[in-house]
Amino acid sequence: MKKEGKEQLWKDYQKEIADDRYFYVRSCVRQNFFPGSETAFLKILQEELGKDVYEHPCHTTCTGIGYHADVVPFDTAMTVVARQFAIMTESGYHNLVPSCITSFGLYTEILETWKHFPEVEARVREYLYKATKRDFRVPENLAHASDVIYKFRSEIAAKGKFRLVHHETGRPLKVVEHIGCHYAKMFPDKGVGGAEYPYVLTGMIEEWGGEVVDYPERRHCCGFGFRQYLVQANRGYSMSCSHKKFESMEPYAPDLILTNCPGCPMFLDRWQYAISEMEGKTYGGDGQGIPVFTYEELAGLVLGYNPWDLGLQMHQVACEPVLDKMGIPYDAAAKYLDKHGHSLGQPLQPQKLKV
Amino acid sequence: MIGGGIAGMESSAHLAAMDYEVTLLEKDSRLGGKLLKWERLFPTMRLGSEVLAFLNQGVEKHVAVHCNTEITEIHRKAAAFHIHTATGRTYEADAVLVTTGYDLFDARKKEEYGYGIYENVITSAELEAMFAEGKPLHTADGRIPKRMGFIHCVGSRDEKVGNVYCSKVCCVTAVKQAIEVKEKHPETDIYCFYMDLRMYGMHFEAMYKQAQEKYGINFIRGRLSEACENIDHSVLLKAEDTLSGRPLKMSVDLLVLMVGFIPSEGTKAVGKMLGLEFGVNRFFKTCDQHTLTNVSNVPGVFFAGACTAPKTITNSITDARAAAATIATYLEGKAISARTIENQK
Repeated sequence: MKKEGKEQLWKDYQKEIADDRYFYVRSCVRQNFFPGSETAFLKILQEELGKDVYEHPCHTTCTGIGYHADVVPFDTAMTVVARQFAIMTESGYHNLVPSCITSFGLYTEILETWKHFPEVEARVREYLYKATKRDFRVPENLAHASDVIYKFRSEIAAKGKFRLVHHETGRPLKVVEHIGCHYAKMFPDKGVGGAEYPYVLTGMIEEWGGEVVDYPERRHCCGFGFRQYLVQANRGYSMSCSHKKFESMEPYAPDLILTNCPGCPMFLDRWQYAISEMEGKTYGGDGQGIPVFTYEELAGLVLGYNPWDLGLQMHQVACEPVLDKMGIPYDAAAKYLDKHGHSLGQPLQPQKLKV
Repeated sequence: MIGGGIAGMESSAHLAAMDYEVTLLEKDSRLGGKLLKWERLFPTMRLGSEVLAFLNQGVEKHVAVHCNTEITEIHRKAAAFHIHTATGRTYEADAVLVTTGYDLFDARKKEEYGYGIYENVITSAELEAMFAEGKPLHTADGRIPKRMGFIHCVGSRDEKVGNVYCSKVCCVTAVKQAIEVKEKHPETDIYCFYMDLRMYGMHFEAMYKQAQEKYGINFIRGRLSEACENIDHSVLLKAEDTLSGRPLKMSVDLLVLMVGFIPSEGTKAVGKMLGLEFGVNRFFKTCDQHTLTNVSNVPGVFFAGACTAPKTITNSITDARAAAATIATYLEGKAISARTIENQK
C-alpha cells in the first residue's frame, strides 16, 4: 500500500466544514443503539471546544430510512427536510450538522437535486407553505457530525488524556475504519477524502495515535443495507455481509473498529455475537470480539470520559480490551449501574463470545 | 508540422518528397512520440524501432527538425502563420499541420482500481516499458507473477470518467501483451476482463484465437467493479462474469490496466492558440467525419494522427499521407481543395 497515493487523492476531496454555530439534527435510531454518542458529541463541541450547537425540540426524522426502504416518496422526504431547514432558518442558524449518515446523504441528495432542478425546489417550497405556512433558506454549510469531529481532531488530541496506543508497549492500536455508505458513495466530493479511500475517520485515527488497517473488504457494506435487514427474509444476507468483512479483516488482527453511521456499529457489533452463536467463531483475541465504536465514543475515550457515561456497556462486544490497551481506568462494578447508582440489570452471557 | 510523432514524421516526409519546405517542431528531445515507448507492435510483434527507422528514412536530411521546441504563441499575419517558441525563435508557414497526438488516460482517476495506491497495479504502458527495458516481469517485491489480470477499457467507454469513446488499440494490445507474458513465463496464468473484444483489424481475430488456443489465456466478459489489496499485497478483483451471470472474486499477483487515449495537453494548447474547434470527446473536430477528415475550421490548418481520435499506428500513417496530399492541393490552390460538403449536425 502506497500511502502517498492516498494522500494525493485526499487532496482532491477536501470540503468546507463550518467552524461554529451548528444546527444539530439527531438520528432516529442512534440513541437506542448507542445512547451516549450524541450526548458525547454535544459535550465535546459545547464544553470542550466552546462551540455554539443548537438542537430544536421540534425537529423530526428526515425520513431517510423510509426513503431508502422505498416506503416514503421523494417529494414527501423533500418536504420533511424542507421543514427541518425552516426551523433552522427560524432559529437563526445556517450550518446544518446531521448526526446520521443517511440523513447527511439525503440532505446532500436533495440540495443537489434542487441545484440542478430549481423547479423542484419551488414545488417543495409550495408544499411546505401549504402544509405549515413556513419558508426556509437552504443551509450555507452541510457537514456530517463526523466531519465536525474530524475538523477538530487536533484540538481533541491536544486536550486528550489517552491515545490510541498500547499504554505499556507504545504500539499504535490497529484500527479498522468503516464509513457509512451514504456518506460519500453517492456524492464522493461531499465526503472528506472521497468515496473510495475516505479520510474522515482515518484522519481521527492517525491524529489520535492509531494505525489504520486497510483490508480487502474495506468498502463492503456493514450488513445493514436497509432492505437487507428491514426485510426479514433478507437478514441472512445482512449477516453474510458482516461475516465477509470480519473474515477479511481477521488476518490483520485489528484492535477495534471505528464507524460513522448509525447502522454500521450496530451490525458490526451485534452480528459478532450472532455469528459466534451460529458458527462458534469469534474475531478478537482469546474468544472475544473486535470492539466497535462510534467516532463520538472514541473521541470521548481520548478525552478521558467515563466509558459507562459514554454508554459503552450497551455494546454487545465488550469494550474493555481496548480500555485496557489504552490504559483507561474504569470501574467494572459500575458497568451496569445508572447515573443514580441503581442497577440496570445484567445482560445474559453469550455462549461463545467472551464479554 | 507541430508534433514529431508518427503522423508528423510521415506527413513531413511526404511533403518534403513533393519539394515543399517542411519544418517539424517537436517539444521532446527526440522524434517518434509514443512509438518510442512501445517495444513490439500488434499484430505482427514487429519491433516498434523498425517502424521508427522506416519513418526516419523519410525525415532525415529532408526535413528541418527542431526538437526541444515549445510553442508559446501562434498568430496569422496576412497569409502566413507566425509560430513563436519558448526559445524566442519564430517560424513562418503557409500551412500548419497539427499532429499533437494523444496522452494516456491517468489511471488514478479510476480510484476503485487502486493505481498509485496498490503496489501491484500497473498500466499497460508500464508493462511495455518493462518489455522495452528488457527487465524480467516482476511484482513489486520482485517475484514472477503466478497470476496476472488485464483490465480492458480503463478510461475508455466509461461515462463515469467522461470518456464515452473507444480507444481502439487497447483490446488488441492486451492480447499482444498477454501473449508476450506467456512467451516469457508460460507458467503464469492470465485473465483478461473485457466488455466486448473489438478485433476489427486484419489478423486481430486470429491473434485473439491464438491467445486462447495456443497460450491458454482466459478471457472473462465482465467489467471490474473494484480492486483491493490483500495482506500479501496481491490484488483482489471483484467483477461479474456476464456470460455465466455470476459474480466473480479472484486474486492476481499483478494487475495491468489497459489505459486508453485522451487528447494530449499539446492538443489543448495548440488548439487554443489557433482557435481550433474541439469535438464532443475533446479531440479536434474535423470539418467532416467522412470526407474532410484532415481539414480544420481554420483555413490553412490541418490535422493528422491521433489528435482527432484514437488511431492505430497503421491508421496514423495512412492519415498522415492523406494530410500531406490535402496540404499539397491547398498550397497549390487546386480546385479539389475547395470542395465542400453539407454540414451534418
